[in-house]
Amino acid sequence: MEFIFYFGDVFTPVNFALLLVGTIGGLILGATPGLSPTMAVALLIPFTFQLEATQGLILLGAAYTSTVAGGAVSAILLKIPGAPANIATTLDGHAMAQKGQGAKALQLSFLSSAVGGVFGVLLLIFLTPVLAQWALAFGPSHLFWLAILGVTVIGTLDSASVVKGLLSGCIGLWLATIGFDDIMGAQRFIFHPSLGGGINIIAALIGLFAIPQVITMFAKGRLREDAEVIKVEKHPIGGAVRELMRSKRAMGIGTLTGSIIGLIPGVGGQIAGLVAYDQSKKFSPEREKFGTGHPEGLIAAESANNAMVGPSLVPLLTLSIPGSPTAAVLLGGLLIHGIFPGSDLFDNHPDVAWTFINSMLIGQVLMCIFGLYVAGLAARIATVPQSVMAAIVLGLAVFGSYSVQSSMGDVYVMASLGVMMYFLERFGFSAAPLVLGLILGPIAESNFIQGSMIATATDGLAPYFLGGALNLFLIAVVIASILYSIYMELRARRYTSKEEIMA
Amino acid sequence: MSDLNLPRVQHIIGSGLVAAVGVWVTYVSYTQQPSEAFLFPRLIATVFVILALWTFFKACMGWTKVGNGITVTQFRNLAPGLIVALVYIFWMAKGLGFYTATAIAFFILLSLYDPAPHTALKSWLKRIIITAGFIAVMYGLFALLLKVFTPREILF
Repeated sequence: MEFIFYFGDVFTPVNFALLLVGTIGGLILGATPGLSPTMAVALLIPFTFQLEATQGLILLGAAYTSTVAGGAVSAILLKIPGAPANIATTLDGHAMAQKGQGAKALQLSFLSSAVGGVFGVLLLIFLTPVLAQWALAFGPSHLFWLAILGVTVIGTLDSASVVKGLLSGCIGLWLATIGFDDIMGAQRFIFHPSLGGGINIIAALIGLFAIPQVITMFAKGRLREDAEVIKVEKHPIGGAVRELMRSKRAMGIGTLTGSIIGLIPGVGGQIAGLVAYDQSKKFSPEREKFGTGHPEGLIAAESANNAMVGPSLVPLLTLSIPGSPTAAVLLGGLLIHGIFPGSDLFDNHPDVAWTFINSMLIGQVLMCIFGLYVAGLAARIATVPQSVMAAIVLGLAVFGSYSVQSSMGDVYVMASLGVMMYFLERFGFSAAPLVLGLILGPIAESNFIQGSMIATATDGLAPYFLGGALNLFLIAVVIASILYSIYMELRARRYTSKEEIMA
Repeated sequence: MSDLNLPRVQHIIGSGLVAAVGVWVTYVSYTQQPSEAFLFPRLIATVFVILALWTFFKACMGWTKVGNGITVTQFRNLAPGLIVALVYIFWMAKGLGFYTATAIAFFILLSLYDPAPHTALKSWLKRIIITAGFIAVMYGLFALLLKVFTPREILF
């Protein structure tokens, strides 16, 4: 119950102002198609340099929470999901808006997001300290396998191809070794002076998440997107609350599914929303109404994608393994403020950890309140042309990556990685495992080196890294995640082939 | 070249480049000294090169199922923007100063990709106003609020 002592810190003028800015800004950014929550949070990191660690994390956490919820605005009013997490929301949300129930759909969306989100953050509050204490028992070999687990789980679950996902993770791990090594001080893979200090993680995050989006917008050319914003009529909030009370089953399924999926590293809000929608449909006596503007579909999808946010931070704050790509960016934000996740965070920086987590809880309520008022404005911003969006994101990416260390080298690294990632994405590689490799690479390497030193003085490398119950368990999870993903990939292909034959 | 063959050739080129990087990383990891510094890279490089060569082999055999490659239309669309962006980042930003270079690049990109007609005076005026507004916001955010001193060569 330690978190209660730090509730007051959220309400200091600066912290609360940042929470408001993050929430309102996140709602608007989330509603803008082409700006994913991950990219929005990555672009915001440079703005936290001037802030204290707690303040920076409050801003990033609020943006994370509300970008996911804000994505529902364009999903409902424009049929364009603001983020992949809102794909399932378009199915019933837009149909409701077309039937003249836009306001009701928005109200249900923000209310169910808040309920799911609060449950998710409560899970974060109660699970994190327990797991953080458990993580104290981890030695270098376990931490090495945990880092590898983080990369493989994201690599296999986040990618359409297991091999390409793992290969992306390897590229990230290799990129993390660029620069001088910590023990011998030797140069590794430095073929340009800009790389002397290694790859700056923030510049890399901005490049890998923002630049491919910019190029994707360029690839559309001078496309006129005549997305018509559906006019939002007035609707009493009481009616939406009553509707929500009637839809307990969809709410429960969405919240539970989202929370469980959030805890699994690598499975993001997109999967949470779609699985919750599917499960809610299966358990509903009115399943034929799904897809025609049925409130239950919207409630399940939105409660799930916000319930996922809190739990996705559990493995991050305890074991340094981000639960989602956006959580990986948040890890970058923690590291630049000199804060390392795990028991260190709760033992040495409880004020930072608990104020941040509490701010996410209050942020869910604020997101709901402002969401209901900002929705109309956010939907208008969603119609900003792609040309303007691409140019703005490019400018922000250049200024943001330069401001990390006032170095042009970081800007060059950002641009090079971004362009490379765009082309890699076109060939089935994904950014998330690459980023995870880059972030977890130094953790894996330092623990591998420490472990090798211990192993040399004891039984040898193989018994040290491959022996012991915890090592074997972690290795088993790594192998199981790879095998499961291979099975799923083969099954998906079999279905596709069958469909092709039927067609 | 037919549309059917285009992605396959692209996959071969793409995965070939990744495999070439993998081979280079492996070669450097196993040959550079001091060997202790390359212990971890060696571990990664071994997995990297195996996966990269397998991906390349699959691409050559036409077994690659994931990734759509780039169509000629997409490439034609993105090429001017990419060139402007790269010239802006690698030459103009430092040479002309961040704000001047950003203003120029922003305006060119807007003009290239804005669906509004190029013949109407009103749309040009709109682009100039948007560019000026964006630069003012960037100056306010970075120079005044965050106190980031960016390179300033011409004008500011």
